[in-house]
Amino acid sequence: MKKQFKEQSETGSDRSCVMEGYNFAYLDEQTKRMIRRTILKAVAIPGYQVPFGSREMPLPYGWGTGGIQVTASLIGPEDTLKVIDQGADDTTNAVSIRRFFSRTAGVHTTTRTREATIIQTRHRIPETHLRNGQIIVYQVPIPEPLRFIEPRAKEVRRMHALKEYGIMFVKLYEDISRHGRIAKAFDYPVLVNGRYVMSPSPIPKFDNPKMDCMPALQIFGAGREKRIYAVPPYTRVKSLDFEDYPFEVERWSKSCALCGSEHSYLDEIITDDQGSRMYVCSDTDYCSLRLAERDRDFQPGFKDEIRASGAIGERKCT
Amino acid sequence: MYVAVKGGEQAIANAHKLLSEKRRGDQAVPELEISQIKEQLGLSVDRVMTEGSLYDRGLAAIAIKQAQGDLVEAIFLLRAYRTTLPRFGFSEPIETSRMEIQRRISSSFKDIPGGQVLGPTYDYTHRLIDFGLETPENGNPEICRAEVAAEAIQNAMPRVADLLLAEGLIEDEAVEGERRPVADLTRDPLELPAERDVRLQNLARGDEGFILSLAYSLLRGFGASGHPFLGEIRFGEVTVELVPEELGFPIEVGEISVTECIMFNRFIGSATTSPKFVRGYGLAYGHCERKAMAMAIIDYALRSRELGEKSEYPAQDEEFVLFHSDNVQASGFVEHLKLPHYVDFQADLVLMRNQQAEFNNGNKGDREIENEEAI
Repeated sequence: MKKQFKEQSETGSDRSCVMEGYNFAYLDEQTKRMIRRTILKAVAIPGYQVPFGSREMPLPYGWGTGGIQVTASLIGPEDTLKVIDQGADDTTNAVSIRRFFSRTAGVHTTTRTREATIIQTRHRIPETHLRNGQIIVYQVPIPEPLRFIEPRAKEVRRMHALKEYGIMFVKLYEDISRHGRIAKAFDYPVLVNGRYVMSPSPIPKFDNPKMDCMPALQIFGAGREKRIYAVPPYTRVKSLDFEDYPFEVERWSKSCALCGSEHSYLDEIITDDQGSRMYVCSDTDYCSLRLAERDRDFQPGFKDEIRASGAIGERKCT
Repeated sequence: MYVAVKGGEQAIANAHKLLSEKRRGDQAVPELEISQIKEQLGLSVDRVMTEGSLYDRGLAAIAIKQAQGDLVEAIFLLRAYRTTLPRFGFSEPIETSRMEIQRRISSSFKDIPGGQVLGPTYDYTHRLIDFGLETPENGNPEICRAEVAAEAIQNAMPRVADLLLAEGLIEDEAVEGERRPVADLTRDPLELPAERDVRLQNLARGDEGFILSLAYSLLRGFGASGHPFLGEIRFGEVTVELVPEELGFPIEVGEISVTECIMFNRFIGSATTSPKFVRGYGLAYGHCERKAMAMAIIDYALRSRELGEKSEYPAQDEEFVLFHSDNVQASGFVEHLKLPHYVDFQADLVLMRNQQAEFNNGNKGDREIENEEAI
């Protein structure tokens, strides 16, 4: 049964067509070492944006060059890589980045969250709980959480150094007085380890609670802006809020039209020009696992296997 | 019934196949050869090499072909290749006063030692479409052959700025004794405040259009620098020398063509320094006069801090200029909006619906607050 299940998952490795003339995973070893040193510093100072000598990559800036460089310097031949964009493995940019690594490194790739050792993501955190030992690499367009309040890099650097986050709280307060709520739906700022205010990258705020005390290592790469930052496993990540206006996440009155999940982030799909719409899980792997579970409910033993994978169930933070 | 969209990989592969077909165009038309691009689209090659930060005419020509003539895309291709190259050393500074001159003019003096050499230029051409170019001239090579002067151009022409330097009318830029390594933006992140070497490197790699328009804004008055003078612009070949560690003395490793521009700006002086002319500097690979001139104008504008001048306009603001000049970064980030954003849009949609619902419920309290604010 297990074998059959494996075949269903889209696991692949492409060692036969690894590109010639380039180093393993594209970057040269010295660059990888430089990036690893940056990552070590980032892990040592959770939430602090460490400048690094970001290289020009063969993919455009703003399309994940930071995440790609982080992944390229971490990945080894034994790793299994999953790449998602908007929660899905089959969105064009995720496909392109996955292909980049199968061409330059020939590593195993997978769509299964639990099979991956490295997960590179844009805009989502998988619904499946990540475990210790896994690394999630976020692609970050604007690493500076204060950028749209104060665009001057010199100014915000000083603010971070002094832990002077008044302007951020004033901004949130102004939102409440003007709109009755904090009008930020994604890239919702967080405080890491009680010290640095950090951009979680443009994930919906729905995903923010998953960052708190996550067992996996979280690394954020911003290639164009030349910054890397990180959240080590089991670190406190608190979404900014006020006592009388606590942080809340989006909720849907609907459930997923495919798998029926009531706990996942839902994409709205417009199905005709009459305004009909349906809601489906944005995390395609999570959705397909649940579907597999439903379809094979009658086959003994299978359900337990999925449960054991940690794909389903309440997450616990200690 | 909606089925989750699959098959992105196949779609991408097909799109790229279609792209190759488009690039080739009509099969009945002979395919472009790299040598044709190198020889006949030389100014495109020069721009791609300059902003791509890699002097290789052949590679730049391939990049232009691969990008269907889209120069920003070609620059990107060249940059992405450049990062993979190992670095085996640093050349000695090139000596432009020993340039093999093809063109050299100064508009600050009527005549200069070595003379004004017009060389190949579009200046003074009437921009009338030459319908004669419609048919190839291969049958008649005489038409595109210039006459050769009886006297060779003297090499080792002194730079005009050096002539003023002797009189003490222009700042002395020579750094005495100090030989610190030059910054390298392709290896280290841009840190502010930036030194002049970093700024010049950034401007040299910067987008010609952006640099040009910023320089234009300065000339139009969005910057206090006033009217600069073209001290000199020269274009020609210089030799590149390298000191191999095992030899300990410089050897010639090749020749590159560059355009160098020096602008003179009037500096009114301060409490400690006398009034004098201050240089703005521009340098580009190949023949890129527009770029080199614009670069020289902005170089001066960005020196406002060190010269103690006010900096109040965009082109004088180093953070604004340096962070937005790179077209590979800019086009990547602007075009990333093509990537799927539906998760974030969904989040905004939920927020927007909530806000609209509240608005439509006629939140009287809010309106009163707004009225108070209006008073």
